[in-house]
Amino acid sequence: MIKLEGVHKRYRSAQEAALSEISIDIEKGEFVFLVGSSGSGKSSLLRLLLREERADAGQVFVLGKNLSDISGAEVARYRRNLGVVFQDFRLLPDRDVYGNVAFALEVLGKSRAFIETAVPDALRLVGLEEKANSKPASLSGGQQQRVAIARALVNRPEILLADEPTGNLDPDNSLEIMNLLERVNLAGTTVIMATHDQGIVDRMRRRVIQLDGGLIVRDSQRAGYNDQVGGEA
Amino acid sequence: MKPLFIAKETWAGVRANPGMFLSIVLVTFVSMSFVAATALLQLQLANFKDFWFERSQVVVYLCNDLSGELSCPTGGATDAQVQELRSQLASPAIADYLSSVRFESQEQAFARLKETKTATDELQYITPEQLNASFWLQLRDPENAAIVVESLEGQPGVAEVQDQRGFFDPIISILNNATLLSGSIASVMLLSAALLTTTTIRLSAFTRRREISIKRLVGASSFSIQLPFILEGLLAALLGTGLSVALAYATLDRVDRGALSSELSIGELVTVADVISVTPQLLQISLSIALVASVVSTVRHIRT
Repeated sequence: MIKLEGVHKRYRSAQEAALSEISIDIEKGEFVFLVGSSGSGKSSLLRLLLREERADAGQVFVLGKNLSDISGAEVARYRRNLGVVFQDFRLLPDRDVYGNVAFALEVLGKSRAFIETAVPDALRLVGLEEKANSKPASLSGGQQQRVAIARALVNRPEILLADEPTGNLDPDNSLEIMNLLERVNLAGTTVIMATHDQGIVDRMRRRVIQLDGGLIVRDSQRAGYNDQVGGEA
Repeated sequence: MKPLFIAKETWAGVRANPGMFLSIVLVTFVSMSFVAATALLQLQLANFKDFWFERSQVVVYLCNDLSGELSCPTGGATDAQVQELRSQLASPAIADYLSSVRFESQEQAFARLKETKTATDELQYITPEQLNASFWLQLRDPENAAIVVESLEGQPGVAEVQDQRGFFDPIISILNNATLLSGSIASVMLLSAALLTTTTIRLSAFTRRREISIKRLVGASSFSIQLPFILEGLLAALLGTGLSVALAYATLDRVDRGALSSELSIGELVTVADVISVTPQLLQISLSIALVASVVSTVRHIRT
């Protein structure tokens, strides 16, 4: 489903490469943690998968597409298969919970009938159907992140990319979000999550790809959490 | 991409920056008012020319015994010379350009002078012999006057050939200068409107950067992300132009035509119908400029 081969990325303003010789293979339905310190390359990797950036060298294949070769219009279509969640939630403060989730579908020109079915489904999935008419400012951090997850999932993406989704949350809310992401993953969505939180990684016991200075220094293949394939460059 | 959603997003952009939006509307209003004034001045000039040029004639003054040596070396026009001129005026080379020819003798010229001159004191020193007999030529198309003048100038017995349109050169020049001034101000104002549009869109994009980033991430097309900003620029231009048309309409609607046309004799005064007739061109100008400014700014400042 996701395959990176010898990917290299260096930003114009930086002297060091953000990513070097990255080769990863992620199967459909996997739950993968990207871990590493700040500046290790986690976010750069997510930006490549989002096609916010292009690799300088190497190939990035996602859902059968070579992301280096696709045009601007194809990028937009490709992103419709992804859901994205950020640490800062990125909700629209002037829209209520329903409006925030519906926005993702309105932007794509979905019919009102579809929106009226899909949005309540997504809110039910994250347990916020009661808060549909609330503004984000009146919600807790955990609830806001659940709204963001509902928005990311409302178009039924095949892949969910989460960049530090628990970074702004207390342990209880973090646990709540992780349980939600686990359920999403069990329903068949591939989840790739960048995190600093070692406790969460230890508790979930899923595949972990550890980055350091843009290199893969550890890739524990799937469940079992044993260091197996060393992706060291 | 749903039209209703795009319309809502455009309106959200307007509401996010009402002051900036209003400033584009007002600058467009002022600039398009100058453009409208320029267009209407040109129409007024055309009306003026139509009115006076139809009434103006080419006058062929014949030599009299007092004419100078330079233009009339043989003295006053002889009967034979007058007859020769009559034949020339009747020949197809000239007659085709003329709708009527009237001969005015020295006596007739004197009689006309007596009718028009109120200061009779001056007249007691003037005799018919001091005046010139003349041919008054009414042209089918006043624009051909130069051809007629050229073919008659320097002919034996002809003292001077005068195109009466020359009398209007000063007022035409004033109207043309007014058009130029109005057009110059309009150009500067239009440039200001274009720059203001680009700045406003940049600001609007910054204010709405979160919406833009969400749209990009969920896979909205570049066009659907940029369109509300472009429409915002076009809407401001449309409103500004609408106000300028309304101002021109209201101004001309209130003019007391009877008083003005009898006092000024400037031909038919431009009307509200003329305002309506130039409205499509005004819209075309303002919307084109707004479109270019919006598209350039959107492409430069909104990453998709």
